[in-house]
Amino acid sequence: MNTKNKNKNGISAFLKKDVYLSRLIVLMLLWMLFMASVRFESFYSLINFQTMASQFPEFGLMALGIMLCMITGGIDLSVVGVANLSAIMIGTFLNLMADTEGNLPFYGIPAAIIGGAVVGVIAGLLNGILISKVKIPPILVTLGSSELFTGISIIITKGKAISGFPAAYSSTVAGKLFNVIPMQLVFFTVMALFLAFLLNRTTFGTKLYMIGTNMTAAKFSGLKTDRLIIKTYVLSGICASIGGAVMLANYNSARADYGVVYTLQCVLIVVLGGVSPTGGKGKISGVVLSICVLQMLSSGLNRFPQVSSFYIPLIWGGVLILVMVLNYFTENKKIKSPKTVLKSLSGQKM
Amino acid sequence: MPQIIKKLTQKTETYIFLVLLALSFIIELRSGQFFTSNNLVDLASAMIVPGLFAIGEFMVIVSGGFDVSFPALASLSVYATTSTLLNAGYTGNIWLPILMVVVIGAVLGAFNGFLIAFFELPPFIVTLGTASVFKGIMQGVLASRQLATIPKGMSSFGTSALFIAKNAKSGLTSRMPVAILVLVIVLVLVFLLLYKTMFGRGIYAIGGNASSAFRAGFNVRRIKFFLYVGVGVISSLAGLIRVCMMTQCHPTNMLGMEMMIIAGVVLGGTAISGGAGTLTGCMLGTAMIVIVQNSLILLGVPTFWQECFLGLLILIGTGISATQVMRSTKMGNMKKLRRAE
Repeated sequence: MNTKNKNKNGISAFLKKDVYLSRLIVLMLLWMLFMASVRFESFYSLINFQTMASQFPEFGLMALGIMLCMITGGIDLSVVGVANLSAIMIGTFLNLMADTEGNLPFYGIPAAIIGGAVVGVIAGLLNGILISKVKIPPILVTLGSSELFTGISIIITKGKAISGFPAAYSSTVAGKLFNVIPMQLVFFTVMALFLAFLLNRTTFGTKLYMIGTNMTAAKFSGLKTDRLIIKTYVLSGICASIGGAVMLANYNSARADYGVVYTLQCVLIVVLGGVSPTGGKGKISGVVLSICVLQMLSSGLNRFPQVSSFYIPLIWGGVLILVMVLNYFTENKKIKSPKTVLKSLSGQKM
Repeated sequence: MPQIIKKLTQKTETYIFLVLLALSFIIELRSGQFFTSNNLVDLASAMIVPGLFAIGEFMVIVSGGFDVSFPALASLSVYATTSTLLNAGYTGNIWLPILMVVVIGAVLGAFNGFLIAFFELPPFIVTLGTASVFKGIMQGVLASRQLATIPKGMSSFGTSALFIAKNAKSGLTSRMPVAILVLVIVLVLVFLLLYKTMFGRGIYAIGGNASSAFRAGFNVRRIKFFLYVGVGVISSLAGLIRVCMMTQCHPTNMLGMEMMIIAGVVLGGTAISGGAGTLTGCMLGTAMIVIVQNSLILLGVPTFWQECFLGLLILIGTGISATQVMRSTKMGNMKKLRRAE
C-alpha cells in the first residue's frame, strides 16, 4: 500500500488528511482484493451487487439518523422502534387505501410513505422535546421511547405480523429503476445526499457540529440549542421511518420485532465511520463508506458456506474494537506532539 | 422529625418506594392476588437474576460507564461451562460450575476492563463491540445450540427450595429457590465494597470526575479494570443461576435483557452521568420493573401492553428525576447568589 501512495502524491495527501476514511478505504480494498482472489465469479457479479444494494439501505438509513444525533453529542436508540412503527402504519394505510381487488390509487404509495414519515416526525418530536426541554439524557430518552414505540406497535398488531398489502407497493419500492438500480438504493442515496448538503452546505450543519463540540459555548453564542436538537431528532425519526418503508418492501410484511439487532449494528457502523461518540466530529462520507464495508464483509462471508454466518457479529465487533484501538494510538500521537513542543520550549528557556 | 421528613422528600428512593407501594396496592385492589405469600415469593425468585445483573450495571453506571455486554458475557461463560461439563459427564455438585463460570466471567470482564481502562475508550462503544464478539464466539466458535439437559448438580441447585410458600385460599405453592442466597451474599459484599473500602469510594470518585479522582490519588486505571472484572463475575453468576433455575441452557435467551436492566437501575435514581446513586435505589428500581413485568397479568392487562407500559415508566421515571436535578441545581444557584449578596 505504502509504495503505491508514494507514487501518487495526491492520494497520499488525501489519505493522511482523514485517517478514519483512509483506514476504511484500505479495509475495503483489502477485502475486495481478497474476494477477487478467492471467489471472483460469485462476488463480482451484477446480481450480487444488486442484492447488496437492496439490503443495506434499510439499516443504512437508520444509521444516518443515529449519525446526526451523535454529531450533536447524543444518540438515538429508538430508530428500530420508529422504523417498525412506521412500517406498520404504512401497511395499515396501504390496506385502507386499496380497493377490494387490491389495487391502489395512483397517489397511494407516496401518500403511505408520507404517512409513515409523519410517524417518524412525531416520534422525533417526542424524543427531541424530552431531551432538550425536560433534560433527560439522550440514551435514556431513546431507550424508553424505543420500548414505547415497540409497545405501541405490538398493541396495534396484537403481536402478530401484518401482511397481505397490495403487491404494487413491494414491486415499486423493492423494484429496480431502469431494471438495473434497486429502488432501495435510490431512497438511501437521496437521503444521504440531502443530509450531506445539510451538514456541509448550510448553517444548520455547522450549528450541529458546534452543539456537539460544546453545548454551553453554543448556547452562550446565541444558538437556539433546544430547537436545533428537536430538529435533529425529527430528522433522525424521518430517516428511520423511511428505513421502515424500505424494510416493509423488502420483507413484504411488518412486525413489531423486526430488525432488533439493527440498533447496535447501526451504532457500530456510525462509530466505525469516524463519528465521535462524544459529538462534534464525523462525516457522512465515512458513515456511508462503513455501511458499504460492512455489507461487503457480510455478503462476502456468505460466499463461504463452510463459515457459519454466526461469525459475522464476531468480525464486526472485532473490527470495531480494532479500529478504536488504532484511533487511540493515532489520537495519542496528536496529543503527545504539543506536549513535546512544550517540553522543548521549556528546555530552551532554562 | 420534620428534618427526617425533609431529608426523605429529597431522596429519589422515597419516591420510587411510594410509587412501588401505590403500584402494589392498585394490583392488590384489582386482583386481590398481590399480597399473597406465593405471589411475593414468586416475585422474589423472579428478582434474583435481574437483581444480580442490576448490581453489576449499577457499579458501572456509578463509575460513569455504561455496559451493554453483560447478557452476552453471561451467556458465553455459562454456555462454555455447561457444554464442557456435559461433555465431560460431570455429575458432581454445584461448586465446580460456579468456579468455572467465575473464572471465565473474570477473564471476559478483564477483556472489557483492559480496553476501557488502558485505552481510555468510551465504555458504551467498547461493550457494544465486545457484546458482538462474545455472541460471535458463542454462536460461531462454540456452535451453540439449545442444551435440553444440564449436569445434575446444577439442576438440583436451581430447583432446590429454601422454603415453600403456600397460598391457603387458592392452594397454589411457590418455592423460594436457594439461589436467592447468592443475591443476598453478593448484595452484602457489594455494599461493603462500595461504602466501606477505598475501592468503592474510588468508583464514586471516578464517576464524579475522573481527572479529580486521579489528582486525589486514586489509581483510576486499576479501579476501572477491576470494576469490569467484578462485573463480569457477577453477571456470569447471574447467568449460571438462570440456567440452573430453568434446568436447560438456551444460549440466546438472555440477550436483549440489557435495556430492561439499565432501565431499572436508572429508575432507581442512579445518575446516568455517574458519581451518584445508591444500592437501595437500584434494587427498588429493578423491583419495579420485575413487578410490572410479572403483575400486569394479575391486573388483567393483556401481555402485549407490557412493553408500552415499561417504556412509559422509563420516560416518566427519568423525567421526574431529571426535573428534580434541574430544580436542585437552580436552587443551588439561588443560594450561591444570596450568599454572594
